[in-house]
Amino acid sequence: MTDSKTTNPATQTNMSPVAKFLRATELDTRLLGMFGALALIWLGFHYYGVIFNDFGAFLTARNLWNLSVQTSSIGIMATGMVLVIITRNIDLSVGALVGVTGMTMGILQVDILPAYLGLGNPAIWIITVILGITLGATIGAFHGWLIAYRGIPAFIVTLGGLLVWRGSAFLANNGKTISPVDSTFQLLGGGPYGAVGSTGSWIVGILACLGILWLTVSGRRNRLRHEFALRPMWAEIFVSGAAMAMVIGAVLLVNSYPWPIGIVKQYTEANGLTIPEGGLFISHGFAIPVLILAGVGIMMTILMTKTRFGRYVFAIGGNPEAAALAGINVKWMTLKIFALMGALAGLAGVVASARLNSATNALGVLDELYVIAAAVIGGTSLAGGVGTIYGAILGALVMQSLQTGMVLIGFDTSVQQIVVGSVLVLAVYLDNLYRKRTK
Amino acid sequence: MTDTNKTPLVELRDMSIAFGGIKAVDHVSIDLHAGEVVGLLGHNGAGKSTLIKCLSGAYQADSGEIYIEGKKVNIENPRDARAQNIETIYQTLALADNLNATANLFLGRELVNRFGMVDEGKMEAETRKIMARLNPNFRKFNEPVSALSGGQRQSVAIARAVYFNAKVLIMDEPTAALGPHETQMVSELIQELKAQGLGIFLIEHDIQNVMQLCDRAAVMKNGQMVGVENVADVTEDDILSMIILGKNPKKAT
Repeated sequence: MTDSKTTNPATQTNMSPVAKFLRATELDTRLLGMFGALALIWLGFHYYGVIFNDFGAFLTARNLWNLSVQTSSIGIMATGMVLVIITRNIDLSVGALVGVTGMTMGILQVDILPAYLGLGNPAIWIITVILGITLGATIGAFHGWLIAYRGIPAFIVTLGGLLVWRGSAFLANNGKTISPVDSTFQLLGGGPYGAVGSTGSWIVGILACLGILWLTVSGRRNRLRHEFALRPMWAEIFVSGAAMAMVIGAVLLVNSYPWPIGIVKQYTEANGLTIPEGGLFISHGFAIPVLILAGVGIMMTILMTKTRFGRYVFAIGGNPEAAALAGINVKWMTLKIFALMGALAGLAGVVASARLNSATNALGVLDELYVIAAAVIGGTSLAGGVGTIYGAILGALVMQSLQTGMVLIGFDTSVQQIVVGSVLVLAVYLDNLYRKRTK
Repeated sequence: MTDTNKTPLVELRDMSIAFGGIKAVDHVSIDLHAGEVVGLLGHNGAGKSTLIKCLSGAYQADSGEIYIEGKKVNIENPRDARAQNIETIYQTLALADNLNATANLFLGRELVNRFGMVDEGKMEAETRKIMARLNPNFRKFNEPVSALSGGQRQSVAIARAVYFNAKVLIMDEPTAALGPHETQMVSELIQELKAQGLGIFLIEHDIQNVMQLCDRAAVMKNGQMVGVENVADVTEDDILSMIILGKNPKKAT
């Protein structure tokens, strides 16, 4: 720290305390803004409930746990939509892909696989998930091929895809709903059994904290090695401390949400236990789909920030001609990006159909709009070249919070649509203002 | 001047390319030797940039052959050109505006660590090294290049071309957007690179620059080569009349 080469830039100029803080911590102001918006939405809905309905339902363990599960499928797809939008394309077909992959997986695990493997065979869900994701990736790749190699605009290809695959989802089982799905597969959608419990959540939380510490230390070591300016120690401690506090907070939250009495009864009976007096408190812990989303988020972030692939995605978005002149195969990249988007839609199809415990042809209707909105609210620029994975996931959380909050305080569907639509437009407008000011 | 009996570093033979019936480049041949600067002149639309883009892989010629050090090569895309150590500084600079200097410098050739992840720290350190040489005042390493001035952007584009041990350098109007001081820096750089044995194609409108920097001047008009002359043997007026009239005064006499 005393090395003159590693002086802290924050102490050099006389800036306001806020600016100094931001500079030293190197926090993205957009990220802080999103947290602010989220806090506003959560508190607003909660206290609206407290004041007008005599009950604040939003900031309860139960609601927040449900919110996390509901965010998963949109969040998973939003991470892929970031890449699509960064490269100046759009994918309107993701909702329909959720439908067609969900339906195909439903038929596969209920009608086809049990006939060969026997009902309840543990291989069923694995084969189903792999084939579902592969189907999504294949359809996505086909879209990408039409866009990149046949020169049809992405808007048109995926608008066509929206209709084609939604229709296919209907035809697949003549519009009939398939339910229930494989019992193991169902766990991927959450629910009391589809969560990792108290101990599991602590393990996840501790691993996450170790990960944060490792990132902080290795980032610092890397900067030292190349003699770049270091963040001041207090900023390092603040940022990593805040991140770890959020992780621990999330663990405490999901662990404070107990199984409902009915499920506890079922569980104790099945395992030959007796419920002690005063009831048995069994925590939900993190829901499996939330962990899937977290895993996808981490992998996609690594992909976008640490690999050549991610670098090329940004380069294509910034200047497609420059990318091509730098030897990047833009067409092949476009195909791969759409294939990835399709695979993520397939994964979202897994989560969505597992959560409903059924495959219906209406699965994922209007999801494309929520996914695009999540990416855009999360700071992905429709002009291309700019966007982050964590932003899109937060964007999905914002969208879902609005939706859930309005349901809780009893707004009509029509009002919900008006609010969500207005928020989207407002968010992009604010984003424009933000970009102009920071430029 | 340059020893023209040796095998040329680059030889373009009988290159042609047409866009929708318009012959942008019409049976043009030109060569370039190591340690030589060849200026390409002509009106806008004369075919200079198009010819050079066939060499840099941005376009594929309809016909014609490219020889590098006497060996025939196939250049179908920019990657092929880079593999032959042919580097290009485009008139547009071809920078991704949303990325920083480091990302642009290594675009398409990122350094990766043993896990296959891009090695940001090492690339930035390398960028700092080369920029310290080319443009010592350059500080904005962590900002997108859209935030840089014209000269700074130019130096990023030049750094990209120079960093990877180029044998052949193509510069398409490298000083068009620059102030006098920066133009001077580019001129010095060209002379330095030439002394290192690089062959340079320089597309340039300013005839004085051509007279000062180039060994030979090639003039194009309407997609055809008007003539290639040793700069020492001609006057500015000779070159001007070649550009305007499309006739080689020496051949006429």
